[in-house]
Amino acid sequence: MKIVLNTPIKDGDIETLKIGDVIYLSGTVGTARDDGHRRVVAGGILPEFDLRGGAVMHVGPIVKGDKDSGYEIIAAGPTTSRRMDLYEKEFIEKTGVKLIIGKGGMGKKTAEACKQYKALHCVYPGGCAVSAAAAVERVIGVEWEDLGMPEAFWILRVKDFGPLIVSIDTEGNNLFEQNKAIFEERKQKAVEEVCKHVGFSHE
Amino acid sequence: MIDIKLADEIYKLIYEASVALPDDVYDALAGMSAREDKPLARELYGCIFDNVKKAALLDRPICQDTGSLQFFLKAGSKCPLLGDAEDSIKHAVIAATRGIPLRPNAVDSFAERNTGNNVGEGAPFIEWEIIPGRDDLEVTVYMAGGGCSLVGRSKVLMPLEGYEGIVKFVFDAVVEWGVNACPPLIVGVGIGACAPTAAMLSKKAVLRPVGSKNANRRAREMEEHMKRGLNSVGIGPLGMSGKESVQCVNIEYAAHHPATLAVGVSVGCWATRRKTVVIKADGGRL
Ligand code: SF4
Repeated sequence: MKIVLNTPIKDGDIETLKIGDVIYLSGTVGTARDDGHRRVVAGGILPEFDLRGGAVMHVGPIVKGDKDSGYEIIAAGPTTSRRMDLYEKEFIEKTGVKLIIGKGGMGKKTAEACKQYKALHCVYPGGCAVSAAAAVERVIGVEWEDLGMPEAFWILRVKDFGPLIVSIDTEGNNLFEQNKAIFEERKQKAVEEVCKHVGFSHE
Repeated sequence: MIDIKLADEIYKLIYEASVALPDDVYDALAGMSAREDKPLARELYGCIFDNVKKAALLDRPICQDTGSLQFFLKAGSKCPLLGDAEDSIKHAVIAATRGIPLRPNAVDSFAERNTGNNVGEGAPFIEWEIIPGRDDLEVTVYMAGGGCSLVGRSKVLMPLEGYEGIVKFVFDAVVEWGVNACPPLIVGVGIGACAPTAAMLSKKAVLRPVGSKNANRRAREMEEHMKRGLNSVGIGPLGMSGKESVQCVNIEYAAHHPATLAVGVSVGCWATRRKTVVIKADGGRL
């Protein structure tokens, strides 16, 4: 069965979801990357648009148009979430956001925040930017355009946005951290094996 | 000076590179997708191909990160376009940023302001190679995305660390940061005397087509062993676990100093966008 979350998201909507689950989102999403997070957390400035119960996506979209003619999202795939690890906990705390969407995993501090404030981190397939843009019904607005197109705070209405793979759940379980340990172990073995064949400098 | 005919060709090149995958990359991904047996990984390959199809249909860049634009030129020593090439490239980049459109990705260092048009100090990046006797100009564009560039690094090893040290360095970088770099990856490895040579050769290795054979037998075997090894880690498409994680490992090398063994690594993502065109002396495409 396809799970679709609608904003505003309530704790009850996401508490039963587990890492590895695949979900979709309908409703509003705000965009924020490095500078947006810095502005909220270090600058103490919140966007005018209320993110409580909403979703934030780590993305720097390509946008066509302007204020007068209207905006169109051309491409909007996720950016590396790990860059936002430093600020995400406080970002969740200050904005009340329930869903964080990006690519790759996030660290311990963010996982703790997901547990404490009941939020999820989800992965949207990286690079699938045109599909992501196709799920955007319209651009509701934009703030912080002074940060430049990729860093501005875009407010988007999306429909059936996904697949979103839960990477941190509301209990703080962390899919990428779990995988990391497995990958690390396999890496050691693989390096040993490859090294058997590359002793060119000791012949 | 700007050569309008040349600038038009470069614009076309950037456009073609941004909206479609190179054939070698497409074929590699198709093969990996067919061999994959994990359901989620299969679904993710489905997302990738669906996105590629939509990009072609809507005439849009495959990925929103249209990268830092990098140009690798092989210019004939008798090519009459030598003096105009850089200005023409800059002109084309500005026009393509507005026209296609591309994402403005050039942030002027120290000023920390996005220039808005992908041109800035040292941007786009342009590298020259002069080919004696010829009169044409080969231009390769590479769109270096942020996520895949984050994996890149280079280091000067002691010769006693050997090729084993190179393997370890590359595996550490790819396993640590590869999950964020939108795999399946093209892994480029450079070997040389110092950090910048190894780094540049690793970028050239990414430019080499997937499936092309290294002329050096040892290098070729090392590529195969490393590919098998990296795939056995199981990072999978988009880092979500799966059977294969890299499209290929390509090694480019130069002689090294007896006291140094430098290694560089660069990776390309599933959406590796690169394209080459040969421009004739009169500015038209071959
Ligand atoms: S790593 Fe490649 S596919 Fe992924 S977001 Fe960056 S440019 Fe796009």
